[in-house]
Amino acid sequence: MPQDIKTKYKSPLSHLLNPGHTACAGCGMIVAARLVLDAAGPNTIVTNATGCSEVTTTQYPMTSYKQPWIHSLFENPAAVASGILAALKVKGLADKINVIAIGGDGATFDIGLVHISGMWERGENILYVCYDNEAYQNTGYQSSGATPLAAATSTTPAGNKSWGSDLPKKDMIRIALAHNLPYVATATTGYPLDIIAKTKKALSIKGPKYLQIYTPCVPGWGIEPKDTLSTSQLAVQSGFYPIVEYVNGELIKAQKITKKVPVENFLKLQKRFKHLFKSPEGQKEIAKIQALAEKNIRDFNLL
Amino acid sequence: MLKILEGSRAIAETINACKPGVISAYPITPQTHIVEELAKMKADGEAGYEYIRAESEFAAASIVLGSLATGIRSYTATSSQGLLLMTEVIYNIAGMRLPLVMTCANRAVSAPINIWNDQQDAVTMRDSGWLLWFGETNQEVCDLHILAYKIAEKLQLPVMVNLDGFILTHVVEPVAVETTEKIKKFLPAYQPTEILDVNNPLTLGAFATPTHYFEIREELHDDIVASKAVMKKEMADFKKIFSRDLALVEYYGDKKAETVLVAMGSVLGTIKDAVDEIQENNKTKKQKNKIGVLKIVSLRPWPEEEILTALKDAKNIAVIDKSISLGTEGILATEIKRTIGDSKNITSFIVGLGGRDVTKEMIKHIYKLADKNQEKAVFVSK
Repeated sequence: MPQDIKTKYKSPLSHLLNPGHTACAGCGMIVAARLVLDAAGPNTIVTNATGCSEVTTTQYPMTSYKQPWIHSLFENPAAVASGILAALKVKGLADKINVIAIGGDGATFDIGLVHISGMWERGENILYVCYDNEAYQNTGYQSSGATPLAAATSTTPAGNKSWGSDLPKKDMIRIALAHNLPYVATATTGYPLDIIAKTKKALSIKGPKYLQIYTPCVPGWGIEPKDTLSTSQLAVQSGFYPIVEYVNGELIKAQKITKKVPVENFLKLQKRFKHLFKSPEGQKEIAKIQALAEKNIRDFNLL
Repeated sequence: MLKILEGSRAIAETINACKPGVISAYPITPQTHIVEELAKMKADGEAGYEYIRAESEFAAASIVLGSLATGIRSYTATSSQGLLLMTEVIYNIAGMRLPLVMTCANRAVSAPINIWNDQQDAVTMRDSGWLLWFGETNQEVCDLHILAYKIAEKLQLPVMVNLDGFILTHVVEPVAVETTEKIKKFLPAYQPTEILDVNNPLTLGAFATPTHYFEIREELHDDIVASKAVMKKEMADFKKIFSRDLALVEYYGDKKAETVLVAMGSVLGTIKDAVDEIQENNKTKKQKNKIGVLKIVSLRPWPEEEILTALKDAKNIAVIDKSISLGTEGILATEIKRTIGDSKNITSFIVGLGGRDVTKEMIKHIYKLADKNQEKAVFVSK
């Protein structure tokens, strides 16, 4: 796989999302964004929610983007995308140009959800991409609807009377499926070629599409920059984060676990789960997370 | 051609004649008839625009933000809570210099919830970077919309055209609705250069650090100040083509009046009638106190010089607001005081909140109180 990537990308400046941005070393989001935008190609208009993906790439008067790109607010990239598509219809270009909306999990699972629902209900030919790093990482690692059970964040800190987040992750995939989208999928920076393939496939299908990409956040998760890809691979290999693909509501593919690992292997790399390893009681929380992973493995037949 | 029709229908026909490419809206009383008429025109094949049904006013404003950024003339309309819900987008549209034209059918804001007219909704947007205009009649409101597209697109500034909910939106009166052919003579096609275009990829909505933010905001302020001169020129051009007057402010009554009543919107009709009667009565009783009326059409840009000139000889100024900065006084009163200074009696009168009727008797009462030099806002409820 690394050889493949090497032959695909000869110069760093051949990307549509250019170097010079201010994302952290090892940032999962920026890797995912670059893969999606390159896969979509130059014939694409991008609208971006407020968040790391916007702040790190477009510090006035500079930009990292070679595609037409717009940021308006935190919660409205889906609605802005609807407006862009409507304008393209007026210009007779709606079938010729891709429209992609990008937001983090805070913008997607929480503050922007109603606008994503509106866009999906209208059946518009727009790809919505969520980079899911499981918290409001840009503002300092506060919990979002995407934060998993027992993760310590700055608003769900671990303490003498807390195991971190006491809520499981919101199931955004099922929310997407409930809108009868023709294409719904997850992917992760752990498997970059899958991101490229799913972006291309999504854009080949007419109608509203949802792609949710699991992207480790180096400071928010408390991992080493070098571990971004391996951490996200462990999320998949443990069943913690299933990589699935639905076409017209049918599960057509779930990425098989090639070498099953306990969720502990995934959790122990990260500072946000560190508190679980300090006491025997913490093992009970880990067992709950393992049970959620086992459910994923059964539900999606991952073995 | 004069047509007898509801205010909302007249606005909808005018908007359709201005040929926007994208309309997006969310229903709220008393704006509803405008967006229903626009939807019907689309359904009947009488309109060429894309009509995007939004899931909220916040979405509607965001949708037209997206279509404008892609270079297409756009439109939305709202009222009251809808405008407040849009607030974040309202500021964003101005900061991004997108020339949206929006109608606000003015309505009281909650709580208590109330669907009737006052102007509290629009005045909350005073500092947003929009041009804010208030029409007195449906004819003026329609004409202001045509002007709004011209000014917005020329200066890259959004314009909110306000009309009193129900009092104008739901009233049936004669209006000359202009045709597309005639409007085209005044309003050229929208051809912006800085848009989302795959052949010329630009980044819009970048974030600005303290190094740049200050100057960008200062430039927006300067451009709003400068918009007044452009409006005056375009209003003169408007008259040449449509043979009707538009003005930033309009003076009515005796030019050398000692007492001048100042207001915005449809209440001016009642004020003018009351002033005529006061004038007549003063003549009969051989009283010399003369009275005038100053109508403010443009709250932003603020017509400072025009107001100074119009109020030059006045001793008593009664500012009649259908809104209030709670804890101080009427919004328009504050603006007038800032412009005039301490040299005259200026009193803030609050009327019509939540649709309370404003009668000629109330205006006559205000006239009597105008020379009392009251510092606090005076609520005139009956």
